[in-house]
Amino acid sequence: MSDIVHRRSPVLNMVIWGLVLVWIVAAGFPFLWTLWGSFKVQGDFFSKADWTNAITGARTQIETGAAFTGKGYYGAWVTQEFWRAVLNTMLIVVSVVIISLTLGTLGGYALARSGKKYAFYLLMLALVFRAMPHITLVSGYLLPFFEWNLWGHLPTTIIVMVAINQPFTLWMLHSFFLNIPKDLDESAMVDGCTRFQAFRHVIVPVMWPGVVTTGLFSFLLAYNDFTVTATLLSQANQTMVPKIASFLGTTQTEGNVMFAVAAVVSATAPLFVLILFFQRQIVSGLTAGAVKG
Amino acid sequence: MKNRTFFWFILPSLITMVLFIALPIVSVALQSLHIEHEAVMVEVENCGPFGCKQELQVDVEETAKLKKERPLGQFNGLGTYTNRNHLAVAEIGEAWQSSNGFADFISKALNLPFYRALAFTLTYTFVVTPLVLIFGFMIALGVNTLPKRIKGPTIFISLLPMIVTPLIGALILFWMIDANGVIGSTLQWIFDDPDLSLKASPTLTWIMLMVYGVWHSAPFAFIVFYAGLQTVPSDTMEAAMIDGASRWERTRYVVLPHLMPLTVFISLIQLMDNFRVLEPIISFSAQASATSLSWIIYNDLVGTESQFFGSAGATSVLTILGVAILLIPVLIRTWRDFNQKVV
Repeated sequence: MSDIVHRRSPVLNMVIWGLVLVWIVAAGFPFLWTLWGSFKVQGDFFSKADWTNAITGARTQIETGAAFTGKGYYGAWVTQEFWRAVLNTMLIVVSVVIISLTLGTLGGYALARSGKKYAFYLLMLALVFRAMPHITLVSGYLLPFFEWNLWGHLPTTIIVMVAINQPFTLWMLHSFFLNIPKDLDESAMVDGCTRFQAFRHVIVPVMWPGVVTTGLFSFLLAYNDFTVTATLLSQANQTMVPKIASFLGTTQTEGNVMFAVAAVVSATAPLFVLILFFQRQIVSGLTAGAVKG
Repeated sequence: MKNRTFFWFILPSLITMVLFIALPIVSVALQSLHIEHEAVMVEVENCGPFGCKQELQVDVEETAKLKKERPLGQFNGLGTYTNRNHLAVAEIGEAWQSSNGFADFISKALNLPFYRALAFTLTYTFVVTPLVLIFGFMIALGVNTLPKRIKGPTIFISLLPMIVTPLIGALILFWMIDANGVIGSTLQWIFDDPDLSLKASPTLTWIMLMVYGVWHSAPFAFIVFYAGLQTVPSDTMEAAMIDGASRWERTRYVVLPHLMPLTVFISLIQLMDNFRVLEPIISFSAQASATSLSWIIYNDLVGTESQFFGSAGATSVLTILGVAILLIPVLIRTWRDFNQKVV
């Protein structure tokens, strides 16, 4: 295809490069800016006088004696006890991923191998469930949860999040299992395995790439969730995202916005690392549903 | 696969979905037909230094007892649906009669909370979705022409706005467009208007929310389109080139038709996700100028004094109806495809 590259006019080349450059700046600059600014004082991050202060840290130098300060991080992690939220998030996310994947692989495998009409209906039903705005479901839980004293606890939130993620997990794993040749488990069954043994000994060893990719998305859904965690968890069990949201109410008035900025950067860092290591899986996962769909 | 085996494999997954997705829909519908108990009043004799008086007082004990006995509240029928905060039947009727012209009627209707939220939700959904498709496609075309070595890092940066928590991503943008933030103050300088604030004007707030929406979702469309571009059949492309098709014609008549199924997929996902827009409104503290259906439900549920389950339920049922209307064309289409495949 190299002859196509040669035939592109210089004007078109400029337009394409310009477009890509604008997009990269739009996508990346906000994060870079916030990361840099999180080590400054509020007077620099929201600089009335001159925006270059946010880069040089003029006020930061006056207030703290150095161009960088960890005050925001100290305030968030120690004073506001952000570490508790981090622990809660880790607990929830890990449990959600493990349980979702266990239920999802069993269900997805069955859906991929059934070939009956009701399997298709179930997939359609899952699609409808996927479309339900989470907040409408939450408003259905709250009252019963209050009545039965289930509200506010981590396990309740975990199981709710597993359920909400299930339609998506089923769809994704279903399409991965369709890619694994049927002959594999069927020949095992001819040799005398039951369906479950065939699944356990033949399918499980080869399903890991699909499971890892689906796991990544389950992780993201649980990690990024705001609706469920903000409404179903008590103050003590709060996770990172609702904690940051609550910073907005309290700290903006007290002039502690930098706590929120530091917390935001802390919560974004793991996602950065995740993309760094799993970029290929994320891209393949995003397209898997599309190509099959 | 035998029916029995299928049943056991799918059971755990099905149980969670029935318990936590299907039943809540029923529960929401039930709640929407009920309304909170009124406080029980008792008449007590209040005797002070100036004689005795009969007074009405809230009987706290009785009220608590009533709440405990019937936690759903009292039956209200469709009352919650028709009241001012939801469909506002009476107010709409009155506005229709008293307004002089259609524009006047619309502006009156948009003062009612439900219609205001509906207007924003629909505008957001139907502005952001096509823009995401267009931008995603353009970025995909652009990145596809880059040299191999810088493709990887470009995709890495492109993924950021989508992968980062929506609430956090919106916050980061919000801080930058603050009047003292870097974008906000640059805009003030460009327009030479020191009082320019993106937060103060409802129109600008709507635009900012939609800019956020496009920024957040464009990477998704980009990645899907980009993957699609890798599979454009090269013989069709070469044939078009031999026939003398220009670059534009090749894009229009070979690439676009090839990507059509992906466009349907992205639109479907985007319609579902944009219809439930909530986080950016919270991050931008935009509720004064823009509310969404999800936001009204959220607001009813996290109220500081008390929660309005009836009201939240009614809005939820109306939202679910909205989702159903959005989904029907897709479901009918899939249904037809499936039946064709079987025959």
